[in-house]
Amino acid sequence: MRYLPSSDAIRAEMLAAIGAASTDDLFSHIPEYCRLQRPLNIPSGRSEAEIFAYFRQAAADNAPGFTSFLGAGAYHHFRPTVIDMLVSRGEWLTAYTPYQPEISQGTLQAIFEFQTMICQLTGMEVANASMYDGSTAVAEAALMALRVSGRRGIAVARSAHPQYREVLATYLRQRDCPITEIPYTPEGPLDAAALRAAIGTETAAVIVQSPNFFGAIEDWRQAAELAHAAGALLIAVIAEPVSLGLLAPPEQADIVAMEAQGLGIPVGFGGPYAGVIACREQFVRAMPGRLAGQAWDDEGRRGYVLTLSTREQHIRREKATSNICTNQALCALMASIFMSLYGKQGLRDLAEQNVAKAAYAAEACARAGAEVLFPGPRFHEFVLRGADPAAAQAQLSAEMVIGGLPLERYYPELGAAVLVCATETASKAAMDRLAAAYAPASPRPGSPSAKKAARRRSGTATAGARR
Amino acid sequence: MSENETTPTPRASRHPTQNEPLLFERSAPGKRGVQLPPLDVPAADLSQLGGAVRAEIADFPELSELEIVRHYTRLSTWNYGVDTGIYPLGSCTMKYNARINERVAAMEGLGDGHPLQPAELSQGALRLMRLLSEYLLEITGMEAITLQPAAGAHGEMTGILLARALLASRGNARRAILIPDSAHGTNPATAAIAGYEVRNLRSNAEGTVDVADLDRVMTEDVAALMLTNPNTLGVFEEDIHKIAELVHARGGLLYMDGANMNALVGRARPGDFGVDVMHLNLHKTFSTPHGGGGPGSGPVAVKKELEPFLPVPVIVPGVGGALALDYDRPQSIGRVKAFYGNFGMFVRALAYIMANGCDGLKQTTEDAVLNANYVRHHLRDVYDLPYPTPSMHECVFSDKRQTAQGVRTGDIAKRLIDYGFHPYTVSFPLIVHGAMMIEPTESAPREELDEFIAAMRAIAREVETDPELVRSAPHSTRVGRMDEVRAARQPILRWKPAGR
Repeated sequence: MRYLPSSDAIRAEMLAAIGAASTDDLFSHIPEYCRLQRPLNIPSGRSEAEIFAYFRQAAADNAPGFTSFLGAGAYHHFRPTVIDMLVSRGEWLTAYTPYQPEISQGTLQAIFEFQTMICQLTGMEVANASMYDGSTAVAEAALMALRVSGRRGIAVARSAHPQYREVLATYLRQRDCPITEIPYTPEGPLDAAALRAAIGTETAAVIVQSPNFFGAIEDWRQAAELAHAAGALLIAVIAEPVSLGLLAPPEQADIVAMEAQGLGIPVGFGGPYAGVIACREQFVRAMPGRLAGQAWDDEGRRGYVLTLSTREQHIRREKATSNICTNQALCALMASIFMSLYGKQGLRDLAEQNVAKAAYAAEACARAGAEVLFPGPRFHEFVLRGADPAAAQAQLSAEMVIGGLPLERYYPELGAAVLVCATETASKAAMDRLAAAYAPASPRPGSPSAKKAARRRSGTATAGARR
Repeated sequence: MSENETTPTPRASRHPTQNEPLLFERSAPGKRGVQLPPLDVPAADLSQLGGAVRAEIADFPELSELEIVRHYTRLSTWNYGVDTGIYPLGSCTMKYNARINERVAAMEGLGDGHPLQPAELSQGALRLMRLLSEYLLEITGMEAITLQPAAGAHGEMTGILLARALLASRGNARRAILIPDSAHGTNPATAAIAGYEVRNLRSNAEGTVDVADLDRVMTEDVAALMLTNPNTLGVFEEDIHKIAELVHARGGLLYMDGANMNALVGRARPGDFGVDVMHLNLHKTFSTPHGGGGPGSGPVAVKKELEPFLPVPVIVPGVGGALALDYDRPQSIGRVKAFYGNFGMFVRALAYIMANGCDGLKQTTEDAVLNANYVRHHLRDVYDLPYPTPSMHECVFSDKRQTAQGVRTGDIAKRLIDYGFHPYTVSFPLIVHGAMMIEPTESAPREELDEFIAAMRAIAREVETDPELVRSAPHSTRVGRMDEVRAARQPILRWKPAGR
C-alpha cells in the first residue's frame, strides 16, 4: 500500500524486536468471537488513475459547469486562486488543534486574525475560532442564551433559515424550552407586532436572521429594542457574511450566530463550512468553542494561545459550555484569506455587485410576468412565483442553468414560489434565461386575468404569513 | 537499547524564520488584493436600502495579493504538520493525508455542487454518499448510518439523541448515561447536552471497565453506556460481551465512541460485539486532514432498531434506479446540521478507502498497532507504564519516575519539540496521573520511530542529569512557553489599533 512506510521485511524485524511471533500475536487479546474472520467486502486498493476516474464520473453526474441561482444558506462567490494554493500547504492542512503553542503559532495567529475580522464585520466585541456551521451556531447560541439568562423560552423568526430552525428544534427538544415562531409580513421582514406580543418574562432570546431567508433585510434596531424591552437577548443570525460588506452590522445584538461559507469556502454540496459565534464581551465566559488570545513568553515575545479553555469539555466535562471539540480551522482560514484579499473596499464593492445583480434579476423576472413577492429592501435573494417550478427547471436544465429553490417544502403557504439568489457570478445573459423560464405559461403576462391571479396568490401569501 | 547509548542528533535545527506582524499591522489605505469584473447590469441603487447601509468597516485589512501570500506562507512555517514529521498525539490518529483526496474533493461538480440542487442533478453526489455509507457499514458491522454530524462530538450527540428517541418510543427515555473515568471529555459533555445526568464508571486494575461496578450502577434508569473501545489506554475491552449483555439485559444501549477505530478496521467490527450505536471520526481513521483543528466529520452507525430515528434526510432508492432524499420520517430526531453533513470530507474518506481497499485497510490497522507496540517496548524501561495490559494502537506512560526530579509530562512534551517532534498527548487519560499518551499511527517510517524513541530516551537521561534543561524547554522555537495564566486572566481576544 503506497501510503504505508513499512515493508514486509521491516515489519518482520519490528515484530522480532518486540518479541512477537506474528502480527496475529498483536491482536490475540481480542476475544476470538470479536475477531473478523474474513476480508472486508471492499474492493482491493486502487491506483490514483482509477480513483480519479471514479470521481470524474461522480462529478459528471452532478451538473458540472451549470450556472446556479440557488442560495438559501450556501452561496456561490468567486474564490480567488490563492485561497486553495495557501491552504493546501501541509503546515496548514495537516496540523492538529494548536494545543502546543510553541509549534502552532501559525494557526494561532491566523485564528486571532479571524476573530478580529469577524468582530470588525459584525460589530461584536469577541468572536470565537469558529463552530461547525451556521445552523449549529444558531443552536449553540440559543443554549448560550438559556445559560446566560436563566430563562427557558426562545422566539425565532419564521423568516430565518428553515434548516437552521430544524436544527434548533433538535437541540432544544430534550429541554423544557418552548420555541415560538414569529410570522413574517407581506413585505418580507418579521412581524414586529407579533414579536412584541409573543415574548415575555420567560423569553431567553429572540432569533432574527438578516438578510432573512427571503433575502429581505430585517431591522436590527427594532428587533433589539423589542427583545431588550422584554429582558431577552437578541441573537442575530447572518447566513450570508458578504452582506456585511455593505449592510449595517447587528451592533445592537447580544450574540451573533453566523455562517462564514460565503467568504471563500466552497459551496461543496453543503459542507464543510464554518459557523461563528460572536458576542458582547460580558458573555465571553458563557461562549462555546475555542478562543485564541494574545500572550507573551518568558522573554516578552508576543504570541498566541488557546485560552479561556475552562469553558471547554476537556477541562469541564459535563459542566462545559458545549461538547464541541473542533473548530473548522481550515475553513476559517479560507475565510480569513478571502476577507484579507477583498479587504475594506473590495468587500463593499462585492456586496454592491450582489445587490445590483439581484435587483436586475428580480426586475427581469417581473418584466417577464412572474410575481416577485416581498417588495421590501433586499440583498441578493428574492422570492418569485411564475411558471411551475418543475417545468421551469426542466427548461433551464437544458440550458445548463439551475433555477430557484422551490419553497413548498419549507413554506407551504407560499405555494409554487421559488427562492432565487443572484450573486456576482450570475451573468446578465443567464439572468435573462432565468426570467424567461419563470414567465407564467398562460395566461399571457400582463393580461387582466394574470393580474387577477397574481392578486389572488399574493392574498394567499399574506394570509399564510400572518398565520 | 543500552544505557550507554549516545544522545541522538535531533531532527530539529534552527533555521531562519521570517517574522510577520498581524494583517492589520501590515495594512495600508488604498491597497487591494482582488479586482472585480465590470458589472454587466446597472449599478446598485443603494437608496432602496435606506438606513441599512453601513459605514466603512473600520480597520479591516487593506493589502495586495503578494503581501497576503507572504503573510500566510510565513505563518504556515511556524506550524508543525503530519507532512513535517510523525505526530504521535494519542487519540488523535494523525495519519498521512493523501493529496489526491484534496484534488478529487475540489473537482468541478463536487467542490462547487449546491446542496439544494435538484436530485436528478445530484446523482453523482448521492451515489458517492451511498457508497461511502456502504463501506462504513461493512467496516463497522452496523446496519444503518447517517453522515450528517459534523465532527466526533456532534456524532456523539446525534447517537445519544437516537438512543433517547428509541427508549422514549418504548415508554421511558431514562435519566442517566454511564461513562468510564477513562473517557474523552466530550462524552460527559455530550450526555449533558442531550439532557442526561452523567454517572461515572470506575476502571479496574487493568484499565478496563470494572464489570462488578457496572453491575452495580447499570440500573433501570440508565439509558446507555458510552464506551470507547479500544479505550483511551489503547486497551481492548476483553469483557465486551459481558458488558454488552449486562447493559442490554437492563434495557440500556451500548454506545461506542469510535475515536480508536484505527486499531480495529479489518480486524474486528463493533457491530459483531454488541454495539448498538457508534460514531466514526473520518478525520482520524479515514484520513481527512485535521486542518489545524477542523473540519471533522462524525458519521453515526446504528443497528436496525435505531434506523427509524436517524436524522432527515435519508438517501433512498427512487424511481428508475436513481437515488432520492427522503424527508418523510415521522420518528426522526430531526436535523442535526443544515444540508447533509461535511460532504467534502465524505469525498476524501471515500478516496482513502478506495486507495487502501480491504487489504490496505487491514494492513494499516496492523501497522498502527505494531508501531505503537514497538514504541511501548522500547520505552518501558525508562518511563513508567501504569497499565501493563496489552495495548493496541496507542500506549500510555506516566511521568512517575521523572517527577522525582521535578519534571512533568508537560515538560517532557516541550523538550520533545527541541528534538523535532510534535509532542504526544499530555495529561490524558485522566485515570493516569501525569499521562503521556503516544499514538504513532501507521504513518511512521521505522527510521523516524527509532529517532523518536531515541529522543524520548535522551530526554529521560536529561531529566537525571540536567532537569532544568527539560523544565525550561523548548529552546529551539520562535517563542518559548507562553504565559497562559495571564492570557486567561486578562484575555485579549482581538486586535485593536493602538489607543483604542
